Amino acid sequence: MPELGRAALVVAFGLVVYAAIAGGYAAFRGRRRLHESATNALFAALAAVGVAALVLLAALVRHDFSLVYVADHTSRELPLRYAISAFWGGQEGSLLLWLLVLLGLGSAAVALNRKLTSDVLPWTVPILAAIASFFALLLVFVASPFATATAPADGVGLNPSLQNPYMMAHPPLLYLGYVGLTVPFAFAMAALASERTDERWIVATRRWTLASWTFLGFAILLGAKWAYEEVGWGGWYAWDPVENAALMPWLVATAFLHSVMVQEKKNMLRVWNVVLVSGAFALSLFGTFLTRSGVISSIHSFTQSSIGAWFLGFIAIVVAASIALILVRLPVLRSPTRLESLVSREAAFLYNNLFLVALALTVLWGVVYPLVSEAVRGFAVTVGAPYYDFFAIAFGLPLVLLMGVGPLIAWRRASLRALGTSLLWPAAVALLTGSLLLLAGAGSSPAGLVGYTFAAFVLSAIVLEFTRGTRARRSLGDESWVSAFTGLVGRNRRRYGGYVVHAAIVLLLVGAVGIGGFSTTREAKLASGETMTIEGYALTYTGSSQTRGPNAVEQRARVNVVRDGEDLGSVSAGKNRYLAEQQTSNEVAIRTDWLRAQDLFVIVDRFYADGSVGFKVLVNPLVNLIWLAGLVFVLGSLITMWPDAREQRRLARHAAYAPA
Amino acid sequence: MEGAALILAVVLALACVAFVARPFLREPEPEDDYLAGASPAEQERLRIAEARDRALAALKELEFDHRTGKISDADYRELVAPLRREAADALRALDPPKPEPKPDREDVRA
Repeated sequence: MPELGRAALVVAFGLVVYAAIAGGYAAFRGRRRLHESATNALFAALAAVGVAALVLLAALVRHDFSLVYVADHTSRELPLRYAISAFWGGQEGSLLLWLLVLLGLGSAAVALNRKLTSDVLPWTVPILAAIASFFALLLVFVASPFATATAPADGVGLNPSLQNPYMMAHPPLLYLGYVGLTVPFAFAMAALASERTDERWIVATRRWTLASWTFLGFAILLGAKWAYEEVGWGGWYAWDPVENAALMPWLVATAFLHSVMVQEKKNMLRVWNVVLVSGAFALSLFGTFLTRSGVISSIHSFTQSSIGAWFLGFIAIVVAASIALILVRLPVLRSPTRLESLVSREAAFLYNNLFLVALALTVLWGVVYPLVSEAVRGFAVTVGAPYYDFFAIAFGLPLVLLMGVGPLIAWRRASLRALGTSLLWPAAVALLTGSLLLLAGAGSSPAGLVGYTFAAFVLSAIVLEFTRGTRARRSLGDESWVSAFTGLVGRNRRRYGGYVVHAAIVLLLVGAVGIGGFSTTREAKLASGETMTIEGYALTYTGSSQTRGPNAVEQRARVNVVRDGEDLGSVSAGKNRYLAEQQTSNEVAIRTDWLRAQDLFVIVDRFYADGSVGFKVLVNPLVNLIWLAGLVFVLGSLITMWPDAREQRRLARHAAYAPA
Repeated sequence: MEGAALILAVVLALACVAFVARPFLREPEPEDDYLAGASPAEQERLRIAEARDRALAALKELEFDHRTGKISDADYRELVAPLRREAADALRALDPPKPEPKPDREDVRA
């Protein structure tokens, strides 16, 4: 039913354009019924896009190759789960998903904040609708997923790299993160447009920002896990432009989540916060542009298209409009409060913001420099890992240190004596850890040694914070340690959930330094029965096999693994040759040793005609801490976002003061 | 299939138009079609409510930081007084004390 899909998108386009224009007029002239009508148009557009999404999903599942999109991204032999994930495997489907998520999140945010931000919503609706109009325009006129042609006997299939379980979850989560950043942006701009620059837009969007940031962060890690297992070069993050595209808005959103606390506590950084929200949203659009336009060369970019110019134009409009609105409202945004001391929690947040934004801008420059170079000089210059590694260390290490110091400093001002007392234990643990690691030979990677020392500092600071807080709570009443601890976390979810997220970042750091600084690689060409050794492992090639999978020919080399005389069994690595897609993928073997906290990573480089096999084998220490960090990160975010009865009462008080 | 799709598309479009027009259909001639915004007095109350919340939260934070040893006794004493004042001012502004009722004549006589 491509006609229904096309019609639903046309209806949705009409609705969001109406919501943008009528909603803007209603907000400007103060027309109640017109505003309600525009809000209804936003909700109705969600239903229309939902119908379009169902039509595309049905076509993918039914292999309706009369749709060009289905023919270009699936084949008859493609397993059902990947036929479904082909929804976001191509450009048109991805844009449809963007619009669906945008309207879903936007409608929910509008519906849930009717009372609290009733005087901001009249502007929020047209802003959300204007953004949705851009994506609806692309889907109707430029990149329709419902274009039809004579159906071929079979489809082209899905890019083999996308035929991976992680790719079923990574793109939707990434889009939830990207698109979710639209909500705080729309409320912030609406607050400026309506001159309601009080705290309500922050309160209304706090959980939306946190959720988007969590989705984005978790999606980045899922993408890293996909790269580790599917791309098969043995690493997890390669500063690829598309990886960076998601990292930049995440860094800026991280800065916002910290600086917004300063606004809530001290009524400071009000201009800075709207700048960060606008920056995070613009970077999320830029990320979509990088992934979808095909302007950059990336292992994660699966498209070449003509929508780049549209995106650049839209990003330019968003940035220009945001800057103009912020400048116009500067007089009402300026905060009367000043920083009391350079040694205070708010000052630590300020330093943290500077490093986070500097890192985001550095990454941005690394991404755009090849594009600028190509436009100006006619050839693209590649910005390699050393550039990013340098700045990641230069800005990342102070950030890690601040993660430990910040929570130990009081708000407003702290005496150096009190700060010294607070820092004593974490500093002692850090120095002891650093010294022990140096003695153990970790000095081969100086940055890694400093990273581990700082990681120990942050972890001990977090433990100290939990301990002191629990003890202080116990001193107030006759509570057990467990009940004091749960009470402490339950009554201060944002603070202690934040500490859990900090612990996740430390785990990530330890894992990243482990694989980046201390991994070992060995390559060998082995005939059947021959053995290679690496880091105490002996790997014996025992033969190869070839089988027919559901949509690929799977060639595997079996390797028997022995360590210190103990037979650990065999692993199989090889290649899949996808028939419909006419492409080959690496299928690596990973054997995780949880006790030693390391991965044995086996890649088959080549199957030789004489039966021998070229192997590349890595031993990656501590890499699993990176994946564990993802789970801890989500746990911390959930603690932070968990509904809080006192917070609800505070919202109700705010709502009571808002106009009816 | 094409016919069914077109019928469904028309139904979808009509349902959307009806939903969008609903506020006008429900109230063809409303008494008041004005979008209520915050009056200056309401905005001022919001501002004071935020100042009150900030001051109360800062006091709570200060107490906690003092108990956990992050802040010295001297700093605590110096910081707590202005915060208490801020909170009290905001509370007073939001909920001004009611004037004392004037004693009536009989009370005076008694």
